Amino acid sequence: MKLYDYILSPSCYKVRLMAALTCVKLDIRPVDFHPGAEHRGPELMALNPAGSIPILEDADLILTESSAMLVYLAARAAPEWLGSGAAEETARVQQWLSFSNRLTASLGGARLHEMLLRPGDITALQAQGIAALRELEAGLVEQGLRGMRFLASDRPTVADIACFPYVALAPDGGVSLAPYPAIRLWSRALRSLENFIEMPGIHRLHELKPDPHIEPDGA
Amino acid sequence: MTHNAMIDEWYPVGLFSKLDAAGRKTALMGEPIDVARDAEGNAKVTEGNGRPLPVRVRYGHVWSSLGAPQKALFAIPEADQAGRRFVDVGVVRVRCSPLRAVENFLDIAHFPFVHTDILGAEPHTEVQNYKVEIRDDEVWATQVKFYQPQAAKSASGGITTEYMYRVPAPTCAVLYKTCPPRPSEWDVITLFVQPLAEDLCDVWPWMALFDDTTSLTDLIHFQQTIFLQDRSILENQIPRLLPLDPGMEIPTRADLTSVAYRRWLKRHDYTYGAQLVAQ
Repeated sequence: MKLYDYILSPSCYKVRLMAALTCVKLDIRPVDFHPGAEHRGPELMALNPAGSIPILEDADLILTESSAMLVYLAARAAPEWLGSGAAEETARVQQWLSFSNRLTASLGGARLHEMLLRPGDITALQAQGIAALRELEAGLVEQGLRGMRFLASDRPTVADIACFPYVALAPDGGVSLAPYPAIRLWSRALRSLENFIEMPGIHRLHELKPDPHIEPDGA
Repeated sequence: MTHNAMIDEWYPVGLFSKLDAAGRKTALMGEPIDVARDAEGNAKVTEGNGRPLPVRVRYGHVWSSLGAPQKALFAIPEADQAGRRFVDVGVVRVRCSPLRAVENFLDIAHFPFVHTDILGAEPHTEVQNYKVEIRDDEVWATQVKFYQPQAAKSASGGITTEYMYRVPAPTCAVLYKTCPPRPSEWDVITLFVQPLAEDLCDVWPWMALFDDTTSLTDLIHFQQTIFLQDRSILENQIPRLLPLDPGMEIPTRADLTSVAYRRWLKRHDYTYGAQLVAQ
């Protein structure tokens, strides 16, 4: 399976992360997105007329939408990441997969503007990003009330992986995550998953130091 | 802006290979500037009011200055050495003082914690003694040694890498490091920083390497990975301006280069992006 990849792209990272979590080996083909704009060149435009990356190629199958790639990886290697199949859970997975596009457009747009000088209305992008984060925070709080730690279920699904990268990188676009305790706990839960991999700007969880030794009270 | 010795220095303002006739609107020390390619194919830099600014094209980048530079742009002899590959890594904007971006580049102690498993790894966190001196009015740190799991794209395993650091201009740093495929030479990695404001900069990394096997894209991605790991740290440093008052922080032995850099800045009145009095 070949992934046309850019190391700093959160959408590409979704696919790398999903592959790592489901133990699928990817053949990585690095794309000079910045400064080379190789994704707009003839070779990649022929594969994906939308001119975006990631692109996932597996024999005859060519995927250009990251959510479809997550679903494909899960269906191939670890179907439990698709959810249980119950009606409500299936709907929630789809709901958050679609919602992730709003994160890409808002927080992702703000990040490209602030980091790689791409054009855009930064005030509007940040405002839309904050609105999306509030919705996500509320969704996670409601899931918590249902006794579930993840967006669609009590276990992580493709929906969590679709939403996580742009959220975790919101500060790159000048949007703070400080006001969202449920998002921070969710991020911690995802980062502590076995086989989790990081990307620049998303740090791994550092191992906690041993517990402080407390002398028993002598009295 | 008060007059400051930094106004007469050269700064990177764009990649020469990316210039076009339409121009690129950017800023230098708070002043809007325009960087374009003229009809003859030369780089042209103008201030917002149309005043032409001095221009040099070197090390893949266009250089300019708001003032009247007294000195030539600093030399990097390796830039003329045959067999090296020159890599334009591309711009990254960082909401930090331009001086802080340079200081972070000079620091080794953060490698195991920020560039984990690439430029450093626990438990190999010790910074051994190294030498710092002022050489031809540039800050130099030499005999810097550090254990690195993957020091360069061309390194296949962990090695103890030797570094030399050099600060030839207030917002530019040059790093010389062990070159895995050619032990008698040094790889050259630079950080050219364009000060947009005192707390905002565009960073233009550039490299001159001996590496005939790694693809250009892989070389770019390796360096962008490292720099983007630094970016979130830089944007959260407090105070935002680089403190030059010695009462502000207590350095350790590993910070010798930083101490020398700060003293050198202060001595030259290079204070754009600096905090002079502890607050």
